[in-house]
Formats: sequence, C-alpha cells, structure tokens
Amino acid sequence: MTSDFITLDGVEKVFDVRRRTGFLRRERHQVRAVDGITFQVPRGEMVGYIGPNGAGKSTTIKMLTGILTPSGGRLRVAGIDPARERTRLARHIGVVFGQRTTLWWDLPLIDSYRLMRRMYRIPDARYAENLDRCVELLDLAALLEVPVRQLSLGQRMRGDIAAALLHDPEVLYLDEPTIGLDVVSKAKVRGFLRDLNAGSGTTVLLTTHDLTDIEQLCRRVMVIDHGRLMYDGPLDGLHEVGQSERMLVVDLERELPPLEVESARVVRTEGPRQWLAFPAAASAAPLVAAVAERYPLVDLSVREPDIEAVIAKMYADRGTS
Amino acid sequence: MSVRSGRFRLYAAVAGGNFRRFATYRTATLAGVFTNTVFGVILAYTYIALWDERPGLGGYDQAQALTYVWLGQALLMAMAAMGGGFETDLMERIRTGDVAVDLYRPADLQAWWLASDLGRAAFHLLGRGVVPMIFGALVFQLALPDDPLTWLATLLAVLLGVVVSFALRYLVALSAFWLLDGAGVAQVSWLAGTFFSGLLLPLHVFPGALGEAARALPWSALLQVPADVFLGRHTGTGLLAVYAFQAAWAAALLALGRLLQGLATRRVVVQGG
Repeated sequence: MTSDFITLDGVEKVFDVRRRTGFLRRERHQVRAVDGITFQVPRGEMVGYIGPNGAGKSTTIKMLTGILTPSGGRLRVAGIDPARERTRLARHIGVVFGQRTTLWWDLPLIDSYRLMRRMYRIPDARYAENLDRCVELLDLAALLEVPVRQLSLGQRMRGDIAAALLHDPEVLYLDEPTIGLDVVSKAKVRGFLRDLNAGSGTTVLLTTHDLTDIEQLCRRVMVIDHGRLMYDGPLDGLHEVGQSERMLVVDLERELPPLEVESARVVRTEGPRQWLAFPAAASAAPLVAAVAERYPLVDLSVREPDIEAVIAKMYADRGTS
Repeated sequence: MSVRSGRFRLYAAVAGGNFRRFATYRTATLAGVFTNTVFGVILAYTYIALWDERPGLGGYDQAQALTYVWLGQALLMAMAAMGGGFETDLMERIRTGDVAVDLYRPADLQAWWLASDLGRAAFHLLGRGVVPMIFGALVFQLALPDDPLTWLATLLAVLLGVVVSFALRYLVALSAFWLLDGAGVAQVSWLAGTFFSGLLLPLHVFPGALGEAARALPWSALLQVPADVFLGRHTGTGLLAVYAFQAAWAAALLALGRLLQGLATRRVVVQGG
C-alpha cells in the first residue's frame, strides 16, 4: 500500500493517571486514550476525524505530529515514524490547532511568516508565491502589518492557516479550525480548504465538532469514541449507521397535546412549540405537509442532526446490541 | 544555503523577533527604567553607609562599590535574576499545552528559547540598562574603566552570564512538565538568583565557607563575574579563568537541560485537547 500517505496499524496510547482517593492515598490507573486504531489515508484525500470531547482525536493528532509517542502499534506519515523523527517530519506537515496559535502574539503578522520562512528554509521565490496566494485567498493583505494580538479570532485563524501552508506541506492537520468563528469566517476557511485540497492535492485530516465542516469538505469521515474507531466511510453512511434523526420544530397556534403523525415522534413540547424527530435520510416535505394539513401550524424550522447526537446514539446502540 | 547557516538565520530571526516584541512595550520599559533607577539610588546610599563604616569591604573602594551597584541595576533585567525572562512564558505554555505548537516545529526547543531569551536580554541591556547606568555615573562618583577593551571584555562576560542564567531558568521552566504549576520553583530560583548573583551585596563580602560556596555557584556568573571584569579585578589569564568558569557552568547546565528536555518530551503528557 505505497499510495497511503498516513498509516496507522493498531496504534495505542495509554496514559498513567494518578487519582487522589484519600488524604494522602493515590490510586494509579491507566487511561487508554487511543485503543488500537487502524486506518489509512491516501495522498490527496480530505478526511473528517470526529468524535466527542475526550474521544482521542487530539491524542491521535499529537501522535501524527510526533509530539506523543504511541504506546503500541505502528504509525507512519510520509514513510516517517513521527515520534522518532519529529523534526524531519515537521517539514512535511502543517498543523493548525484551532485553540492555539503559532503566530507571534505581540508582533505584526508578517513577522511570523518571515520566521516560518527561516524555520522551514523556504526558497525565496516559493515563499513569495505561497505568501501571495495565501494573502489573496485568505484575505490577509490588510492584516499583515497588524500585531497578532489585535486580530479578531477569525482573522487570527486565517493567519494561522496561512502560516501552516507557506512551506507547502504534503499533509495538513486541522484541529477544529472553525471553532468560535462566525458564519462568514467559517465559509471563507472552508472555501479555502476545498480549493487547497483540489488545487495542490494536499492531504487534509480535519477534526471538528461542526458537522457542516465535514459535509462541505469531506467525502470520508472517521468517527472515534473511547479511543476506538467506530466508523470509517462516507458521511451518508454515518447517518444510516447512527440512525440519526433530524428535528422538525413546529410552532402551533395554541398549546396542544403531542401531535400524532406518521414517521415522526414528538420528543419535546414547550407551550405551543413541539419538537418532532424523524429519520435523517427521510425528506421533511411529506412530514410538514401532514402536520400543516391536520394542525394549526404557524411556523416551522428543520434542525440538522448534530454530530455529538449521532455519535452518542451510535455508541449507545453498540453498547446495547 | 548550508544547513548550519540556515539554522543560524532561524535563531537570529527568533532573537530579533523577541527583541522587537519587548521593544513594543514602551511604557513598561519606561516604568522599569524608573524602578531600576530608584532601586539603584536606595542601594547606592546603603552601600555608601556601609563603605563609610568599613572602607575596602570585599576589596572594593567606595567608588568601585557604587559602580558595582549601578552595573547591577544595568544588568538586573538582562540577567533576569529576579524574573522577567522567558521562563514565565514557557511555563505557561507547558501548563496550557501551547507547548505542543513549539514541539511540532522543525526547531530545537532549547535552542529556540535560548535565542528568544538572548533577544530579550539584548533589549533589556539597552532598554533597561543604559539609562540607569548613565544616571548612576552622573549622580555618583563611579570607577568606570578607561580601556575600551575592558568594556568589550565585560560584554563577553555578560553574554556568558546570560547563557548561564538562561540554562538555570530553562531547568526551572521544564519543571512545569512535572509540576504543572512551576511558580513555586520559579520563586525559589529568583530568590536564589537575587542573593547568589551578588545583586544585594558583592559575594566577596561574605566570609568563609559561605563566601567560597556562593562564589562557586553558577549564579555568580550572572553579576559577580561581569562586575569584577568591569572593575578590572580579572585580567590576563585570570580573565580567561573566569570565562572558563562561566562557560563550564553554561555547558553543564545546558547539557542537564537537554537531558531533562528529552525526558520531558518523551514521557510527559501535553496538556489540553
């Protein structure tokens, strides 16, 4: 499998944790943050890597960057063992941690880019070309001379993404790149990532809590929970596996007992407002028609299933089956 | 471009960037200069009282003792003996997990922070050191060296002192990998630095075993050694010997830092998601 750019084979990460159980007593126990994960990502693919908080996503990313050494299993990125050759690997990868910044806080944005140029020894022509492209596509021209601490979160995130790409990394790890961004900034970031993947063929591994990120960017999604890979396949398949549900929220003219319609069930009522859950794969149109026909409907909205709920449901199902 | 010159340019850029970072805080610099000057005046009058009572204490005459005071104020921030160096930043990055960002870069953690701290020290030497020194020279009778070579020799001793100071504070900062909150260790280190660097009183003043020990500890490389070079107490082979003393401590402590860094990055958990 030479075309696979990232390979994980039974990778584990076990942490020793000491917990206080009494005044001076400590109990040692082990936490299996990553518990035997196997997957491959071919060059040029854009993969969503999702799971609830504490599922092991960031631990995986840290092992993929070489910051953490796996406790077991085999891991390769671009043929390199990350933990052993962290510095050599660093030239092949770009990393954006949404909640952290690689930029120089007190200095103008451009200073951080000049530093990247030295750090990755980017040839002058290529640096100029990449910087121009990032500045144009991420809309950074007006920000280059602004100290990073004065940037808004969305601006800083765009700045961070540019910083991760100046050295033409073959793979980009994005750890919640849209966290805390407004709708416009999210759209900008997503558009840029889509073009990057299509244009330069950069392999992208994206962790996020925002299902829309995945829907708009990734054909393939991997779900991790409790350190295990629960699902690896197309996004549509995830809804089937997870039997996820969408929510139809209806506002009625007055308070009514729970509505009775086929193919949906009322999960919550609050005065004249009711929440109806229906399968994510089904169309909302017949349901809306049925409600409107029988009940005094004032207003409605449809809510997409959130990823946490899908995964939580998947996990619960697996536990009981 | 060779690998070595590429590396040099990277760390030069890190040092230069950190120099400019500190330069952006002008008000803080002014306030610091004022504090150093006031502190210097207080110490100067204390020394005058002491040297009036005990002329030639520690082998210094009064002018030399006052020069020692003002050189101490000029070097105080550059040496970061009482804090103010990179260690607070690094400990905070370890505590919050931001150190992950430093670790996935193709750069050495220790070299990166050394470069960064040298940039800071260069700024503090100029921004926080020059004005108090001039003030001291104008208001008090100082024994400044006539020979420009002595000034140069002092500069080299200062550079070595900053490296020793960095190496000590790097150990302090790395303790945060295990303790998470390194503030206590930092306090102890700053206290030790304040006393054993000779900032309060020259180490030659202390008699017997305490004095011997204080002069042999690495902190004496921070202020006592540069001050004695400045005052012309070390010349010729004596000068080489004190450089060797500073360099040996720098090498030993940097090596210990590397060892600890290896342990920390291999075994210890990076905080946060």
